[in-house]
Amino acid sequence: MLLINCPYCGVAAEETELHAGGEAHLKRFGPDSSDDDFTGYLFHRENPKGVHFERWRHVNGCGKWFHAARCTNTLEVFGTYKAQTTEPPKDILDTIRAKRPGFNWRDIA
Amino acid sequence: MSNAALALGGATFDGLVKIEELAGQGMITLRGDLTDKTIVKAVKDVFGVTLPGTRETTLASNMGALWMSPDEALLLCPYEEAQQRGNELAAKLSDAHALVVNVSDARAVFQLKGRALREVIAKLAPVDMSPDAFQPGMVRRTRMAQVAAAFWMDDTNTARVVCFRSVAAYVFGILSASADDASAVNYFTR
Repeated sequence: MLLINCPYCGVAAEETELHAGGEAHLKRFGPDSSDDDFTGYLFHRENPKGVHFERWRHVNGCGKWFHAARCTNTLEVFGTYKAQTTEPPKDILDTIRAKRPGFNWRDIA
Repeated sequence: MSNAALALGGATFDGLVKIEELAGQGMITLRGDLTDKTIVKAVKDVFGVTLPGTRETTLASNMGALWMSPDEALLLCPYEEAQQRGNELAAKLSDAHALVVNVSDARAVFQLKGRALREVIAKLAPVDMSPDAFQPGMVRRTRMAQVAAAFWMDDTNTARVVCFRSVAAYVFGILSASADDASAVNYFTR
């Protein structure tokens, strides 16, 4: 079972109270972009065994979208942070670097 | 004005707790920045309560405010006054970035009375109902079995559960099953 802290209402929400929203921090490529960029934005997703950054929604709760950094292998949650951010905050990255030395996720390491 | 048509006509169940569909609870949804001084003052003027902090309730006799999310509150008042108080609040907030809607008839409210109410709720919602974790003065928006619901405790013996009117029969059914005399677990001893 996955327990994730919602950064908006502060509850340790159980998995069934949440809805997974896929990979976090995607950069959108729109109509004027190259085919490669658009394909990458539309279809290419990370599928790591280990550290992952995801979007979640507290659907049966405050209804807010937020970000979570977790390990897909152990289900350990490193931290959650609000949706209004384009990259993981430093304190969460520091936590991950300490716990998973040498991790690599897209261009974050 | 016509009488309130309850979803279940005031259904009741007597088991581990007494469950009763409340006859007409006035409910007004307020969306906006709950820390905005204009909004806080308007709510205080019209409903006589201060807006609650995160996951808290402020209740005063038949009025109240419940925290629903950082930008949403549910305001309680007597059913007959809901529309008028909603209009009053909307008028005061006409220049603020806020929305006010009377949702009294869109929801059903159940009252649970009895010492076992923590257990009855704990069987249905993924919420820590121990007396250390959930107390009167707190509100929790969550799910009950398969549908969205919110509940809060008025005192140690009384809780109110709000759900959408369309699932009122379902929620009454699961609450009744959870409160069946033969289903006592007696986990919470306080």
